[in-house]
Amino acid sequence: MDAPAPPPRLALAGITKSYAAVVANRDVSLAIGPGEIHALLGENGAGKSTLVKIIYGVVQPDTGAIAWEGKSVAISGPNAARALGIGMVFQHFSLFESLTVAENIALGLGARESIGELTARIEEVARRYGLAVTPSRHVHHLSVGERQRVEIVRCLLQSPRLLIMDEPTSVLTPQEAAGLFDVLRKLAREGCSILYISHKLEEIRALCERATVLRGGRVVGECDPRRASEQEMAEMMIGGALPVAHRPAPLHEGRICLIVDRLSLPADEPFGTSLAEISLTLRDGEILGIAGVAGNGQKELLAVLAGERLAPDAASVRVADVPAGRLGPAARRRLGLAFIPEERLGRGAVAEFPLSENALLTAYQHGLVRAGMIRFAAVEAYARDIIARFRVVAAGTGASGSSLSGGNMQKFIVGREVGTKPRVLLAAHPTWGVDIGAALAIRQALMDLAASGSGVLLVSEDLAEIFEIADYIAVLSGGRLSPPRRTGETTVEEVGLLMGGRMAPAVPVAALHGAVDAA
Amino acid sequence: MVWLSPVLAALLSVIGVTLLFAALGRDPVEALATLFVTPLASIDGLTELGLKATPLLLCAIGIAIGVRADVWNIGAEGQFTLGAIVGSAVALGWGGGGHWWVILATLFAGIAGGMAWAAVPALLRTRFNAHEILTTLMLSYVAIQLLGYLVHGPWKDPEGYSFPQTRQFAPDAMLPLLLEGTRLHIGALFALAAVPLGSVLLGRTLVGFRIRTVGAAPAAARYAGFSRNATVWVCLLLSGGLAGLAGICEIAGGNGQLTPLISPGYGFAAIIVAFLGRLNPVGILFASLLMALLYLGGEGLQVSMQMPIAVTGTVQGMLLFFLLAADVLINYRVRLLPARRAGVVTDG
Repeated sequence: MDAPAPPPRLALAGITKSYAAVVANRDVSLAIGPGEIHALLGENGAGKSTLVKIIYGVVQPDTGAIAWEGKSVAISGPNAARALGIGMVFQHFSLFESLTVAENIALGLGARESIGELTARIEEVARRYGLAVTPSRHVHHLSVGERQRVEIVRCLLQSPRLLIMDEPTSVLTPQEAAGLFDVLRKLAREGCSILYISHKLEEIRALCERATVLRGGRVVGECDPRRASEQEMAEMMIGGALPVAHRPAPLHEGRICLIVDRLSLPADEPFGTSLAEISLTLRDGEILGIAGVAGNGQKELLAVLAGERLAPDAASVRVADVPAGRLGPAARRRLGLAFIPEERLGRGAVAEFPLSENALLTAYQHGLVRAGMIRFAAVEAYARDIIARFRVVAAGTGASGSSLSGGNMQKFIVGREVGTKPRVLLAAHPTWGVDIGAALAIRQALMDLAASGSGVLLVSEDLAEIFEIADYIAVLSGGRLSPPRRTGETTVEEVGLLMGGRMAPAVPVAALHGAVDAA
Repeated sequence: MVWLSPVLAALLSVIGVTLLFAALGRDPVEALATLFVTPLASIDGLTELGLKATPLLLCAIGIAIGVRADVWNIGAEGQFTLGAIVGSAVALGWGGGGHWWVILATLFAGIAGGMAWAAVPALLRTRFNAHEILTTLMLSYVAIQLLGYLVHGPWKDPEGYSFPQTRQFAPDAMLPLLLEGTRLHIGALFALAAVPLGSVLLGRTLVGFRIRTVGAAPAAARYAGFSRNATVWVCLLLSGGLAGLAGICEIAGGNGQLTPLISPGYGFAAIIVAFLGRLNPVGILFASLLMALLYLGGEGLQVSMQMPIAVTGTVQGMLLFFLLAADVLINYRVRLLPARRAGVVTDG
């Protein structure tokens, strides 16, 4: 008698879930075999998050059945999911800032062992899979990329049999991403199934054996990503031809709108990066891309440019010809500076405020306040305008920041900052973790802003993005900035070498000071 | 959901106090009626309720605005006391000439006194990062000692038979009554006016927006360029000023003289009122009436059932305890871990 084929690790049949007005998932069926790496593709609002939450037990489906290894199950909550062997790395991390890596993991695991024993296990798993994680560090010092590694290690410690990865590579270098793929392939060979959510189609083609494409809450297609072309998959997701980002013809050389002149700044926290002799010039109508892996001084550079940290010397940062190094964020905004920060909720937007008040957050200098009173009609109109122009999917201007998906929140923030018609826009990882459609819209907005005569400083870890839209590219590594090159006159390999060459292990602060002194 | 926990807390407190009465061997029904119903059954009782709610309301709105910005003014009691002291200094110094401006000067001096007392923690917080929870609380005790020193010493009424009290305010330094024959004075109108003003400040002005942003998301406030220090100053001066106004109204609308004990803990009870009212001025209006009822009913129990005045404080404590517990248990789930590092872990 033939052995029957093993049942799928996870099978969903006819899953439907609707919220008040929106159907998030409609009749979704999906099967993931043991050891299979399965891609879940779809735009923001296609229903990926809801589906994943259903699998992880965070929300309950209205109708439909879930089978785990052939047995029908109801996943009542994340604990039940974890008990089955389902692990998940969320796109928005759930880490406590004030605790160490090991303490965070202990909380997630339910702390049945001492921190010492756990630390040893963390180090072992981290070593085995090549994930650089230091258990004793406090989370608030960690970059986004490092936090993600903590989340991954936390999942791996539970030896999951299905691992859900939500946009896992968006913060990794190409080398790190390759390393992660090795980890995932190794896990898959060991029999662990992986549900991989990403909008980077080339990754999905390199990694996944099967892909399910969602659009408008429905399954619109399945394919073998190793055979389908990126174009085909993208068009399946969008449901039409792929729009192409369009860069208007560059203007003649504009006036200088931002100068950073030999700016040095010591790190303000134990694991921070010191900035050393940073100089750059940004002209009207130009996009300057700053490449590099997070943790090499990006956070510090952006803070000192935005005014959240002050420069030691007023003249070392000049916005629109005014020495601005000692001015705070509000004063720099009055000079025409706008800023899209890296963190969306909690920094770029307030989770519990409605979108209208989130529009007010930085645009209050632009006619939305009169004699100290908020002009709610104008605020509402501004928020509605952002929602309409950037096609933000939201229940209206009264929807709270936390009710939006990451991509939609980001589109709203970009819309708000661009809408103030800034002379200089600082954009920190503006398309991190957002899907193709939103990323295109955001890049287009940056290009349009530059075309209208503003200078844009784009800090991104996504080299392809910088090459696509920036006029100049410079690399930030170990707190030093390479001289900018014209994008057309350099190559990914050259920039990669620049990133890798001086990037290696983070330069110790003391050694860096030595180098500065010697110079 | 957000209004469920104060209601729950009030119900649980009633149950708690009923058990307490039973344990003391008193008739719980009679005691409850004395505590909650008798004070509401007469015009006299109702005006007394308004009188007691006035300082609670003024102090609690200031405290609540501060907490919305994550600025914790625990020392309204001290600012209340300083308001009474500085206001009285003006009333005693300039009163008696029949000038119309004396009562205004008295009120403004009271506000200034409360603000000045709150300015100290604001300075300590913004210059030295000393947390206002500690400094405002400690300054309350300093204020009470200062009051004691004044009424026992330099300000003692020479014709007061050596009682520790000041001279009486002249009539021109007294607040007009709202209703002849009762003790309700126009300070109650100031307190009522603070409700819409507080709501407008928080909800419709840029200052209020800054306050809420600093409290809800400090990183977003920093990003938007809202100064944390300026917010600390605004909140402490505002709540200090309101507490100071409450303090001088209590004197100029009441006995018209300072004594060592001018407040049965209004400034502290107002903290409970602020949270019971969900840090919302309208909610605080209702919470202040409930708290005033507790004060009145407590006095009633003392008089008619010979129960200790500590009943009031006990019920206040129960209210706050149940409120905090309800908030925690509504938002979080308690999970006990079996292993050796057992403890309580929260699941969002």
